Amino acid sequence: MTAKGAIFAGIRRSLGTSGADIARRADVSDRLQRPPKGLIPARGQLDRAGRVELFVAEAKTVSTTVERVATAADVPAAIADYLRSKNLPQAIRSGADPRLASLPWDTEPQLTVTQGPSKGDDLAGLSHAFAGVAETGTLVLTSGPDNPTTLAFLPEFHLVVIEAADIAGDYEAVWDRLRATYGKGEMPRNLNFITGPSRSGDIEQTILLGAHGPKSLHVIVVEAETP
Amino acid sequence: MQITSPAFKANASRELKNATLQKSLRNLERGFINNRARAAAALPEFEALRDEARDIKNHTLAHLDLYLEAYERKVTASGGQVHWARNAEEARAIILDICQSLQARTITKSKSMVAEEIALNDYLEAHDVTPIETDLGEYIIQIRHEPPSHIIAPAIHLTKEQVAGDFRRVHGNLDPERNLEEPVTLLAEARTVLREQFLAADVGLTGANFLVAETGTSVIVTNEGNGDLTQTLPKAHIVLATIEKIVPTLEDVAKIMRVLARSATGQEMSVYTTFSTGPRRADDVDGPGEYHVVILDNGRSAMLGTEFQDMLRCIRCGACMNHCPVYHAVGGHAYGWVYPGPMGAVLTPTLIGVDKSGHLPNASTFCGRCESVCPMRIPLPKMMRHWREREFEKHLGASVPRLAVRLWALLARRPFLYRLGVGAASTALRLIGGRKGRFKSMLLAGGWTKHRDLPVPTGRTFMDQWRQRQDEREAAGNAAAKHGRRLGQ
Repeated sequence: MTAKGAIFAGIRRSLGTSGADIARRADVSDRLQRPPKGLIPARGQLDRAGRVELFVAEAKTVSTTVERVATAADVPAAIADYLRSKNLPQAIRSGADPRLASLPWDTEPQLTVTQGPSKGDDLAGLSHAFAGVAETGTLVLTSGPDNPTTLAFLPEFHLVVIEAADIAGDYEAVWDRLRATYGKGEMPRNLNFITGPSRSGDIEQTILLGAHGPKSLHVIVVEAETP
Repeated sequence: MQITSPAFKANASRELKNATLQKSLRNLERGFINNRARAAAALPEFEALRDEARDIKNHTLAHLDLYLEAYERKVTASGGQVHWARNAEEARAIILDICQSLQARTITKSKSMVAEEIALNDYLEAHDVTPIETDLGEYIIQIRHEPPSHIIAPAIHLTKEQVAGDFRRVHGNLDPERNLEEPVTLLAEARTVLREQFLAADVGLTGANFLVAETGTSVIVTNEGNGDLTQTLPKAHIVLATIEKIVPTLEDVAKIMRVLARSATGQEMSVYTTFSTGPRRADDVDGPGEYHVVILDNGRSAMLGTEFQDMLRCIRCGACMNHCPVYHAVGGHAYGWVYPGPMGAVLTPTLIGVDKSGHLPNASTFCGRCESVCPMRIPLPKMMRHWREREFEKHLGASVPRLAVRLWALLARRPFLYRLGVGAASTALRLIGGRKGRFKSMLLAGGWTKHRDLPVPTGRTFMDQWRQRQDEREAAGNAAAKHGRRLGQ
């Protein structure tokens, strides 16, 4: 018998079932087709303005820094200012996300934006979030050429642009949007929930930022919807 | 790894006298316990979510075969490969095979308790593949050649001075003048050393907090970001997980996620929760070229349908050991194998046998704190009692306690004899103990009186006192009833 066959036989023997039980199969396919929502904490059940406020407040409690700008056109200046405030060179690396590519970068002639994944020699990486979750100040990023995963982990400084309209109250609302975007049961290769900059408490339970991933996480919230 | 669980008593005595360990263990209270209490209090739905989390796992375990089937179909559809391993030996061979197919020389590893369970590092080293632990705590214990002492904080038994000493010993290029007095400088040193390893590794191995049947996704929860670098940079990502890690849907992950970090570190959410589905896609510019999932049974399917099934709900948060007075006193290494604390006391006997680890379910005060904080509401004390029963049935305990339990059972079934015996024993002890009021040592209870005196029985037996109180209450009740009738007239 193969290892797989033996494991399944073992499970079925322990459960006292043959695997052919129609009722059990129906229970499983029903749950997979129509996932029960279950209990969702009240904390994130707010209107759009409330969700943005909560997202910002929660993000700050986990050492994420946040800046709110009125429109997407304000993003290049916000990035340049942030890099200056951290004494960093005016250089940042991003993916091919059209929402980032179409920003008016020429307003910041000093700033160099290069495109592609990180090889580990970039100080600052830039991503566009797929969504945010207000209940814990969490960013949701999806992998792909638009926002390569390495940009979120290799650079010491990670900057993320998010549209206020994409900030959901809870994780479950993100699943709905994900299924609408990628199809039911389908996922991007990586879906990253990011809640603050990298940290470790492994030495004497002293929490320190910047363990292996970014030391700083900076979020730019764009209030107006991109036309 | 060498199993020292049979020597638990000697291990515990040694650790109790270890001043450095005792200093490190005191950090638990300041950190994990207070933070968990704060996080639980800040979410009004926390207790109700624990119920939901328990129900999700119970449903999943009752349909485990079917969810595993669905999961495998989705992994295959997304271009990944699922490998099944009955035991540690099979899992190790599968992992080595993947490494060799890629001519891998180094393999970075994100923290995985299952990898510890199958002693993967020793095996890979013996076959010329160098494993590199990348979680800071795991890295520290790897260079010390020690097992983890905690399932989420593997180096919690160490002080910063010890870590500094290890870095000076192992990091060849380290400037002797370099200040390593504070955790922040130690972290910077580890970050620099490990960054090169991440970029050079051929294969990356992670564990999994969840496997999602709906999407064929593996999920890891970390704070450092080492797991993401481990799985994103090399040619292949290997996920090592056991059968009970499966959950049906993304909604189910969200539910359990809400109790996981809060119970573990007291964070509302861990920094990185990463959902991985298959290898690099056609248009991807980064990510691993291969995606393998090794699903290990190692005795778990045999736990289903038994009094130990509830243990399969465990999500490895560590709350039970954080709140355990025994763990606080002796630390994780005393338990003698991979899983310490209350969850280890229940799980270890199923994995290495109760004959080797019978001390663990006995090393409990039965205070119940572990069950009271377990996010999955696992009845840990009850299961430790089940192990004690099994140990007794297998005639594994020491002869004196066995004889004592037998004698007690004989008497307990005969109340008249029991009362007679207890009365006689208490009178006899009073006569022998005399005026001192205590015994310094007692035949057949030497282990107990070695550390404390046995007080001499002073009054009547519990049963006598109980009967007297009942009589008094009844008399008082009758008097009150009569009084009431009079008032009512």
